[in-house]
Amino acid sequence: MSALRILVPIKRVIDYAVKPRVNKAQTGVETAGVKHSMNPFDELSVEESVRIREKSRAPGGVEDICVLSAGPPKAQDVLRTAMAMGADRAIHVDVKEGQDLEPLAVAKLLKAATEQQKSNLVILGKQSIDDDANQTGQMLAGLLGWPQATQASKVEFGEGDAVSVTREVDGGVETVRAKLPMIITTDLRLNEPRYASLPNIMKAKKKPLEKKTLADFGISAEKRLKVLKVTEPPARQGGGKVEDVDGLISKLKELGAI
Amino acid sequence: MAARQQMAPMLRRLRLAKASTNLGRQAALQQSLSRPVRCFSNSSPQRFQRTPPAAAAQGKFTSESYPDIKRDSRFAQLTEEHVAYFRELLGSESAVIDGVTRSDAIDDIEPFNSDWMRKYRGHCKLVLKPGSTDEVSKILKYCNDKMLAVVPQGGNTGLVGGSVPVFDEIVINMSRMSQILEFDEVSGTLVAEAGCILEVADQFLAGKGYIFPLDLGAKGSCHIGGNVSTNAGGLRLLRYGSLHGTVLGVEAVLADGTVVDDLCKLRKNNTGYDLKQLFIGAEGTIGIITKVSIQCPQRSPAQNVAFFGLESFDQVQKAFREAKGQLSEILSAFELMDEGSQALVRQVTNNKRPLEDKYPFYCLIETSGSNADHDSEKLQAFLEDVMEKGIVVDGTLAQDETQIKSLWAWREGITEALSHLGGTYKYDVSIPLKELYQLVEDTRARVDAAGLLGDTEEFPVRAVVGYGHMGDANLHLNVSTRRFDERVEKVLEPFVYEWIAERQGSISAEHGLGVMKKKFIGYSRNPTMVGLMRNIKTTFDPNGILNPYKYL
Repeated sequence: MSALRILVPIKRVIDYAVKPRVNKAQTGVETAGVKHSMNPFDELSVEESVRIREKSRAPGGVEDICVLSAGPPKAQDVLRTAMAMGADRAIHVDVKEGQDLEPLAVAKLLKAATEQQKSNLVILGKQSIDDDANQTGQMLAGLLGWPQATQASKVEFGEGDAVSVTREVDGGVETVRAKLPMIITTDLRLNEPRYASLPNIMKAKKKPLEKKTLADFGISAEKRLKVLKVTEPPARQGGGKVEDVDGLISKLKELGAI
Repeated sequence: MAARQQMAPMLRRLRLAKASTNLGRQAALQQSLSRPVRCFSNSSPQRFQRTPPAAAAQGKFTSESYPDIKRDSRFAQLTEEHVAYFRELLGSESAVIDGVTRSDAIDDIEPFNSDWMRKYRGHCKLVLKPGSTDEVSKILKYCNDKMLAVVPQGGNTGLVGGSVPVFDEIVINMSRMSQILEFDEVSGTLVAEAGCILEVADQFLAGKGYIFPLDLGAKGSCHIGGNVSTNAGGLRLLRYGSLHGTVLGVEAVLADGTVVDDLCKLRKNNTGYDLKQLFIGAEGTIGIITKVSIQCPQRSPAQNVAFFGLESFDQVQKAFREAKGQLSEILSAFELMDEGSQALVRQVTNNKRPLEDKYPFYCLIETSGSNADHDSEKLQAFLEDVMEKGIVVDGTLAQDETQIKSLWAWREGITEALSHLGGTYKYDVSIPLKELYQLVEDTRARVDAAGLLGDTEEFPVRAVVGYGHMGDANLHLNVSTRRFDERVEKVLEPFVYEWIAERQGSISAEHGLGVMKKKFIGYSRNPTMVGLMRNIKTTFDPNGILNPYKYL
């Protein structure tokens, strides 16, 4: 089996624990001054890649784990985090704040990167928690003409270049098998991402981080989709609390329920 | 953003999976995804969950476990006439829980009769829930005239039995007085009623960019009136100081119904004796606090949390000195946990440990500041420094908000984890930093020498652990037991108190005296002080109806 060269694309998104707010102009979500971190699904991808290496799960071994993020300079923070978790090196593709890429543009970028880096396995989060598109992995597989296994909950390596991926479907699990090179997208149950340890956080500072631009991959950030308006879902009507049984009865009467 | 919402149903599915299958992997994942929140925090009042009447019914009465406390015969027995007066006074049906004339109210009263650890249990037959200061005043005046003893009660999350009756005292529960009355957005002064739940107040302040200067594990249940009455310490004390400094004023009702209106909103007020200070930490023995005004600091937008493993208590002290020196103004918490306490949390929660290897000590450091970049630069430099100097062996730095919460869960979850495992002897003490952990080691050695400590069922003691607020030289010594055994108590007391007295420590740093430490006050206060305290008690409450059998 050939040695694995894994590419892990990661995205910097608004922190999972932060409640997103729509901006005043209703053109998008407020990002200024909001805590950002790595997309949780991408954390799973990084963790899985590192585990494949640590547990020597692939017969051919893991030659390289490269993380890539396209975003503003701050995206380097999540790349460092990924390297602290165990990735070997990082590529930062500079995209100006507000000039977000659409899934197709990202897929094209990743296609070029995959070819440049000679990757034979791309592990992506199944979706990012900001746009929720769940398209990039599939588009990338289409562009490359590689097999894809989406929403992986288990990844196993077999004889030859065969990879078995277990995915959860309604009413059970489905196991699919494909040969490298291939695309895997990760789902929540795949693993439990580690805490980056202090020594590793420090080592990560010395790992190589390459800076690139979209032009280096022959991509432009042109938009095909136009966002008309972003609004918050209607506020939930809060319930009321009654003091006692009498209060409940009078409230029910007031509402005409009894 | 829909994935954020989707994660919740996914988690539910995972839980189901955990229940139906036995895959350890799934269980582990469920833990990782359950996004542990600071342990008790996201729950509404937990008294009812924690103390189901059936379980409480098995609890031992305080009057049985403390046979030397006798009911004071000066106090009158409750009669129907008394109940009728309170009913008339409070009007609404839900404000009176009456076990005097109605036999079916026993289950309703039980939660007010015992504490959440099921360690203390009273014989109370009447619970009153006043809705205003005026009602509190009228209740107390009547009780004082009729010689009826009362127990003020907040969220009932105390650890020393201060908020539950011993005999048939009337419980005055403050939960209906829960309003936030006013907030000054410029000065940060909050005025709220005593029954306001701490987390509710903190959430309200969060919306205004401010923070409540007190934070503790039970914040989802405890009342701010109770916090002030017990002078609760908690996790933010290192940064914001004690309630003696942050509380600007209180409104309280004395035993005879007099309303003391000292609801001052000024930071500076040097006019006469500062009487409100007496109510702070008085545990309801000289009056019932009905309103509080408190100075709230600005909430820090940037927070970082680091978690360390250290080889010895010496290294912990070094790390603390370095943290103070290098992080100075942004250091907001420095918490200590020993391996024993972390092993118990792990046993109960089954969460993934933050560090790969085990160390005898762990520290949690939190920084809060206004500029995230500045803070993380400082913290990074500090971390590199302590690693290089070999003070810290391993550690981790929270990379996102979720990790901040799950790291905190390792500290805040200790109390809850212990309560799942059985009874716990808890000692909350202040000792000079140098010898802080020595107490745990000496206690452990003593329990072990008595042949009570072991890993198997035959030993009554499961573990002797220590953790606490390093920054405040405040240690929680916890002895986790498998079952009640008289020998354990004999080994521990008065040994622990004597040990502390020898070092001029305090036998109660932040939990108060209540029933538990009433008779041990002499270890930390000399007879002159205790005499003065008795005088104060008599001045404010000549008949002694307020929270009797406790405190002094």
